[in-house]
Amino acid sequence: MRLPELDAVLADINRIILGKERPIRLALACLLARGHLLIEDLPGVGKTTLAHVLARVLGLDFQRIQFTSDMLPADILGVSIFDRGSGAFHFHPGPIFTQLVLADEINRATPKAQSALLEAMEERQVTAEGKTRPLPDPFFVIATQNPAHQIGTFPLPESQLDRFLMKIELGYPDPVAERELLAGADRQKMVAGLAARITPQRLVELQTAVREIHASPALIDYVQALAAYTRTSPRWQAGLSPRACLALLAVARAWAAIDGRNHVLPEDVQAVLSGVIAHRLHPVDEVARSDPEGLAAALIEAVPLP
Amino acid sequence: MARANRPVSRRQAWWLLAGALAAFLPLTQQIPLWLALAAGAAFAWRAALTWRQWHLPPKWLLVLLVIAGTVGVFLQYRSIIGRTPGIALLVVFLALKLLELRAARDAIVTALLCYFLVLGQFLFTQTIPTALLSSLTVLITTATMLAASDDRPPPLMQLRRAGLMLAQAMPFMLLLFLLFPRVQGPLWGLPQDRYTAVSGISETMSPGSIAQLSQSDAIAFRVQFKGQVPPQSQLYWRGPVMPSFDGRTWSVRQTLAAYTEIPYAVSGPSVDYELTLEPNGKFWVFSLEMPGNLPADSALTADYQPITRQIVRNRLRYTQRAWPETLAGLNESRAVLRDALALPAGGNPRVRALADDWRRRHGDDGAAILATAQEFFNRQLLIYTLNPPLLGPDMIDEFLFDTKRGFCEHFAAAFVYALRAAGVPARVVAGYQGGEVNPVDGYLVVRQYDAHAWTEAWIAGRGWVRIDPTAISAPSRINSNLAAAVPAGEELPFLARTDMSWVRELRYRLDAVTNGWNQWVLGYNPQKQRDFLAGLGLGEPDWRSMTAALAVLCGLVLLSLTGWVLRNRMRVDPAVLAWRKFTRHLEAHGVAWHNWEGPQAFAERAAAQVPAHAQVIHDIAALYARLRYAPRPSPQDLLTLRQRIGEFRL
Repeated sequence: MRLPELDAVLADINRIILGKERPIRLALACLLARGHLLIEDLPGVGKTTLAHVLARVLGLDFQRIQFTSDMLPADILGVSIFDRGSGAFHFHPGPIFTQLVLADEINRATPKAQSALLEAMEERQVTAEGKTRPLPDPFFVIATQNPAHQIGTFPLPESQLDRFLMKIELGYPDPVAERELLAGADRQKMVAGLAARITPQRLVELQTAVREIHASPALIDYVQALAAYTRTSPRWQAGLSPRACLALLAVARAWAAIDGRNHVLPEDVQAVLSGVIAHRLHPVDEVARSDPEGLAAALIEAVPLP
Repeated sequence: MARANRPVSRRQAWWLLAGALAAFLPLTQQIPLWLALAAGAAFAWRAALTWRQWHLPPKWLLVLLVIAGTVGVFLQYRSIIGRTPGIALLVVFLALKLLELRAARDAIVTALLCYFLVLGQFLFTQTIPTALLSSLTVLITTATMLAASDDRPPPLMQLRRAGLMLAQAMPFMLLLFLLFPRVQGPLWGLPQDRYTAVSGISETMSPGSIAQLSQSDAIAFRVQFKGQVPPQSQLYWRGPVMPSFDGRTWSVRQTLAAYTEIPYAVSGPSVDYELTLEPNGKFWVFSLEMPGNLPADSALTADYQPITRQIVRNRLRYTQRAWPETLAGLNESRAVLRDALALPAGGNPRVRALADDWRRRHGDDGAAILATAQEFFNRQLLIYTLNPPLLGPDMIDEFLFDTKRGFCEHFAAAFVYALRAAGVPARVVAGYQGGEVNPVDGYLVVRQYDAHAWTEAWIAGRGWVRIDPTAISAPSRINSNLAAAVPAGEELPFLARTDMSWVRELRYRLDAVTNGWNQWVLGYNPQKQRDFLAGLGLGEPDWRSMTAALAVLCGLVLLSLTGWVLRNRMRVDPAVLAWRKFTRHLEAHGVAWHNWEGPQAFAERAAAQVPAHAQVIHDIAALYARLRYAPRPSPQDLLTLRQRIGEFRL
C-alpha cells in the first residue's frame, strides 16, 4: 500500500516548518486516524503555521478561533438571527463549520465554551435551537494550549482531554533548522503559494483505508501488554483505558499507512506512543510529567514484545 | 450480596422462560391436565409481563396461588409426597417463581428448579429420546444460568458457551458413570411408588386375554444366546403355569415358591443364554423350557413356574442354561397331580362324553389318550384366529364342536379340559413362544404379541410332556410367527406384520440401539461394572480402589483440560522461535537484541553494526515482520525464514 500523495504532503509541510518531521508526521497520522489534535507549546513555535499548512496541502477549509475568557458557545457554534425580510430566524453557522479548525489557546475560555467545542468534536455535529446540523467531513480540530501562563485559565479536565486522540509538542527548532528558517523566505508567502496535494474526498478515502490496516494478533497482544503494564506498574497514577488502547491502535495504523505498509508493526506503536499517552498517563513523579517522550521510552523498554 | 440483588433484565427473563418451558413441556404428560393448563397460563403471564414490562403480581396473590396449587395437587393425589405429586408440586413452584423474578437470586433459584425438573423426567422414563431431550433442556438451562450472570451475549453465543461447558464436563460424567461405585438396583427406581400397569401376561387366563396381547408390540424381553439360536419351534419361554380352572378362567397356584433348587434331573443337550427382562409388574421371570438353574432371588413354584421374590419393576438381567429334553416331574407329588385333574362340576357335556369314550377305550394309558386327543384336535379342523366368536357358558363344547375358531388360549383350555375329563393330569402353561432375531445385534427380541399358551400333560414314566394344541391346528404359528398363522386380513400390530421389509429393517436398527442403551447405560450395575473393569485388566477392584482411581482420573482429566487451555494460550509462534535463534546468533557477535525492539528497528541497528550483512539482516527482519504482523502469513514465508536463518553466518 504505497500512498505517494502522503509523501508529497509531508514534503510540502517539512519545507515550510523546518526540523519538525516527527511532530508533523504525528499530526498527519492523527488526522488520518480521524482524531483531533492537541498541541501544547509556547507561542511562536509554529502551531498556527502547522495548522495553516495542513489545511492548504490537504485542500481543507480553515478557520481559526481564538479562545478568550468572555467567549460564549454561540461564538463557536453559530447563532440564529431574526431576518426582518423573511420574518423568520436564520441560522448563521459559527466558525466551527469548517473542515479544519484551529482552536487557539483553548484553556483561556470558560468550561462552558470549552465543552461546546469538545462536544461538537466528539459528535461531529452541532445541535442549536433544536436542530441538528452535521459538521463537514473531514472535520479536524487542532487545539493549542499554552503551558506557561496558567493564571486565569481553565485547564481542561482529564475526561475532556481524552477527546483528543493525541497531544504533541513542537518545541524549539534545532540550530541548523532555525538558521535556515531565519535565512529563508517569508513563511506566510510560502504558505499562500502552496497548492492542495489531495482533495477532501481523497482524504476521507484515506481515512477509511487506514481503518482497514491489519493489526495481527501478535500486535494486539503487544498493545494489551503495554496497557497491562501501565495498569500494574507503580510508576503511573492510573493505567491506560481501553479507549486509550483503541486510540493507540488507530494512530499506529495511520503511522503504518504513512509508511506505506498494510499492517502495523510494533515500531509503529512505539513511534506514536508518546503522543497517545502524553495527556492520558500521569506519572506519580511530577517532574517526569514534563517529558512525555522519556516516559514513553521507559514504557517501551519495560514491556517485551510478545 | 449486591450481585444477588441486581434486578432481572428483560433478556434474562426471556431466558428463564425458555429454560422453564424446556423443563416443563416434557412433563406435561405426567401431570394432570388442569395443572398443565394452569402452568401454561402462568408462563403466558410471564411472557406478557416481560413483553409489556408490566409490574410483577403482588405478593399476597402469589401466596394464594401457591396455596391453591398445593391444595390442588393434594386433592389430585391425596398426597404431596411421592414421585408424581412431588413433580407436580415442583411444576407449581416453577410456574409461580417465574412470576416473582425480582433479583438475580430469583433467577438462580428458577434455573436450579429447571435442573431439578430435568431430573424428574428420568423418574418416569429413561429412554434414549428422554436422554436426548433432557440434554437439550440441560443445555438451555445452563445457557440460562450463564445469562443470569451476564445477559449481554446474543442467544446463540450463550448456547455455544453452555455447550462448551457441558462438553468439558463430559469426561467427568463418563468417569463418574463408569467408575463411581455402583449400588445394586437401578439408579432411577423409586420402590415406594405404586407400579403403573404394564400390559403382559397376567396370573389368570380367560378367553381373549392373550389375544389382547397380540395387539401389543411392546418388548417383553431380549435374549442373547451363547451360540446358535435354537429353532423357532423350540423357543417356549415358560411363564405362569395355571393348574386351577373355575369353568371360565384359568389361574396360577396361590402358594408361591416351592423349590429354591431345580427339583428335576436335567438331561440332553443344553442351551446357554442371557435374558434381559423388561419390567412386567408381576413376579414373573421367563425361562426357556426347562431351566437348569434359577436367576438370583427366584424360585420355582410347585408347577415349575419360575418366579422372583420381588415384583419385576425394573429391567432384570440373568443368565440361564436350558435343557430342552429334560424329563421333569417323573415323581410328581400327589397333591400336584390331584390339582391337575380338578374340574368344576357339570358343564361341557359333549367334551365330557368324548373323554369318557377315550377313557373307556384306553383305560389308564395316559400316552394313548394323549395321542387320541391330538388326533381328535387335528380332525376337528379348528381355525386359529385373532377374532374368535364369543362363547357361552359351555365354552369348551362350543369351541370344539360349534364355532371351531379360537386363539391359543381356546386351544390350550380345551385341550387341558379334555385331558382332565379323560383322567390325564394336565395344566395350562402361559408364556411366550418364538421371538425374532434382530440381525443388527443378534439379540432375540420377544414381544407381547409372542404371548402364547400351551399345555402340559403328565404321563407316567415321562413326567410332564409339553403339547401345544395350537401347533396341531396352526403349525405355522409355532414354526414361523403370528402373522403367518392368522388368516390374511386380520388386524395385527404394525411391527408384527411381515409385508413391509423396510419398516422391519428400521425397527431392527432402532431396537438394537435401544437394547445397547438398556444393556450398557441403564443396566450398568455392579456386575457390569466389575466386568468392564476386569476387561480393562483391573481385576476385581473394591469400592475403595475404585474411588481412588476415580479421583486420580478426574484429576488427570482436569489437568489435561487445563493443559489444553494453557497450551492454546502459550503456544509459541514458530516464527518467534526462528527469530530468537537469529537474534542469539547476532548477540554472540556483539549485536544484542532488546526484547522490546521491533524487527525493523533491530535490523536498522544491526545492519549499521555489521554493514557487510546488512541486506541479509534486512531481508530476514522483513520476512519475520511479515509473518508476525502482516495479514494472512504464508507457510512458505516461514520455511524461507527458517532456511535463511539456518544459512545465516556472521
